[in-house]
Amino acid sequence: MLMKPEQEKQIRQTVADPKIQLALYSATARLKEKREEVVAPEALPEYQELRTQANRIKKHTLENLDVYLEEFEANVEAHGGKVVYARNGQEVTDFILGLARERGVKMLVKSKSMTTEEIHLNERLEHHHLEAVETDLGEYIIQLAHDRPYHIVAPAVHMTRQDVADVFEKNLTDPRTEEPGKQAMIARRNLREKFLEAGIGISGANFLVADSGAVCIVENEGNARLTTTAPPIHIAVAGIEKMIPRARDLAVFLKLLARSGTGQLLTVYTSFLSGPRRGGEADGPAEFYVVLMDNGRTRLLADAEKRQSLYCIRCGACLNACPVYRKIGGHNYPGAYSGPIGAIITPQYQGIAKDPWLPFASSLCGACAEVCPVKIDIPKILLDLRKEVMEDRAARGDGFLERKAFQMYGWLTRRPKLYALAGRIGARMARAPGAASMGPAAKWASVREVPLPARKSFRDQWREREKSK
Amino acid sequence: MPARVSIFVTCVVDQLFPRVGMAMAEVLERAGYEVEFREDQTCCGQPAFNTGYREDARKAAGHFIRVFRDAEFIVVPSGSCASMVSHHFLDLFPKDSSHYEEAEYLAPRVIEFSRFLTDVAKVEDVGARFEGIVTYHDSCHALRELRIKEGPRRLLRKVRGLELREMSAAEECCGFGGTFSVKFPEVSGAMARTKLESILATGASTVVSIDSSCLMQLQGVFTRAGAPLKTMHLAEVLASR
Repeated sequence: MLMKPEQEKQIRQTVADPKIQLALYSATARLKEKREEVVAPEALPEYQELRTQANRIKKHTLENLDVYLEEFEANVEAHGGKVVYARNGQEVTDFILGLARERGVKMLVKSKSMTTEEIHLNERLEHHHLEAVETDLGEYIIQLAHDRPYHIVAPAVHMTRQDVADVFEKNLTDPRTEEPGKQAMIARRNLREKFLEAGIGISGANFLVADSGAVCIVENEGNARLTTTAPPIHIAVAGIEKMIPRARDLAVFLKLLARSGTGQLLTVYTSFLSGPRRGGEADGPAEFYVVLMDNGRTRLLADAEKRQSLYCIRCGACLNACPVYRKIGGHNYPGAYSGPIGAIITPQYQGIAKDPWLPFASSLCGACAEVCPVKIDIPKILLDLRKEVMEDRAARGDGFLERKAFQMYGWLTRRPKLYALAGRIGARMARAPGAASMGPAAKWASVREVPLPARKSFRDQWREREKSK
Repeated sequence: MPARVSIFVTCVVDQLFPRVGMAMAEVLERAGYEVEFREDQTCCGQPAFNTGYREDARKAAGHFIRVFRDAEFIVVPSGSCASMVSHHFLDLFPKDSSHYEEAEYLAPRVIEFSRFLTDVAKVEDVGARFEGIVTYHDSCHALRELRIKEGPRRLLRKVRGLELREMSAAEECCGFGGTFSVKFPEVSGAMARTKLESILATGASTVVSIDSSCLMQLQGVFTRAGAPLKTMHLAEVLASR
């Protein structure tokens, strides 16, 4: 079995839940349509060229990552900032805890970051009694609800405004409202105090710009700008793959990111942060750190083909395009990343043996690759991972029956007469009463009718036709 | 002497929908081609390839290459199987191997049926008549790997008595996906039901595609749902008079 029964059950429940199905399908449809409008040839004639450029820049950067990491570090330090390398979530946490302890910080604010979701940073900090408050509206709701993000760019997409009202009522003192505008104002009021109180602001990074030693962050709410400038210390936590060589490369990536993610031409705010406040400047943090995290990424770098998984700029377009994500939603994927990109990076970060079903949760329709702004060949990587899963299972002695069936199939494909005979026998068996209740046929029959094989196969009909000529 | 084409009849067509293979041969003959069916053909290897069994897929691919290496054109009633040969055989063999070279040589000559008509035979009107409202389902591998989008629609528009209506979700996957359909039956079924809603909204009575496996999936869900819809392969429509 590729999947644990409880995982199968959860997926069945999600698919059978009309409320979540409607919310999921319509929310992803909206994002999908908005994207299609702004990347259409009339709106952006150079779209395909931009994708090719983005792909080339990422390929080049990852092939020379050591050089760019050094350049980035040197430039950050030249501006008075500091670069910290972390092998995993534990090391990221240790660094933040250590700094908080030294500076006597009791509370910190955070802007949206999938990288910190990946390492469960909030839970790790809370465990050490350091409060971390999410300030992106969606993430704030998710944090109050003790939930996890459902979608890379729309973390609370599965919650209705009534759900949000329930969460606020339970956790805050404000009077209940189901109006999204008023709910946003409640969050804003509550968060404003946190911004002023926080000793550290933690952000992610959309891009690390090597030639400028800068962190580039895009957002729509202004909370990332506050997070990175109001508290006296700013720590950006980023995967090493977020690197791009030059500031001018942003001209390619910024055009693609907002369009692919939310269908915007640009996000409302684009921040370019390159160090602590300098003499004579009115704002900005006194201390600036960039934590460069590995957490399995260098293992991917070693594989020339699958390395492209690291090109991802986390726009979420593949989720909205994926017919499987649109049915099973975000929470059925293990780890922080859901959808097609999650199905290829999670198994590579954590090893293929842990959730071997992930690369198989795809009809290989290719919709993800079609919308990917950096042209990651997701279906190809899924196929490669499937191969690895099957090799791993063979080595453990798992999946014996299926493997033997395919070995038999492979053996027969080279023996046309036996292949035709097997077809004839198989067809007769499939026509027998009760055949639809066995093996894969029963799985098929659980949701649709089983087709009956023809009484005479094509090859038999053709032979008769040729004889009668 | 008419040009000769070889046909590759996919497993699904051979066993479940032989009428599709017969219809394809008929349309090709009507377009002036001599059709041959090489009896020692078996499978393209896609079931094994997509499920992660490369070694078994390589056996099928090697056999395919041996059977068809000297054929001028190999016409296939499936975008998915055609793409397996023209795109993914290259993933199966190491770059410097003789099989890789042969796969490269074979790739441009393995052509999906509708594309053969529009791009090689250069016919759009095959003299067919079919009374009814029809909607076309873009099968994923034909659309995204072979870039087949307009050809089948042009062929359908030339069929007398046929009205073609577009569904909103034409490009969305039917949910088949080979072994995906039995590894994740609930998800697969739900995907097909989304498609069904989009098809019903067009008022069409028949769904046409160039891949029988998509149609097998859709027909199974239509029948289960009691929807009064029929599925037909493009070849069957084009063979109708």
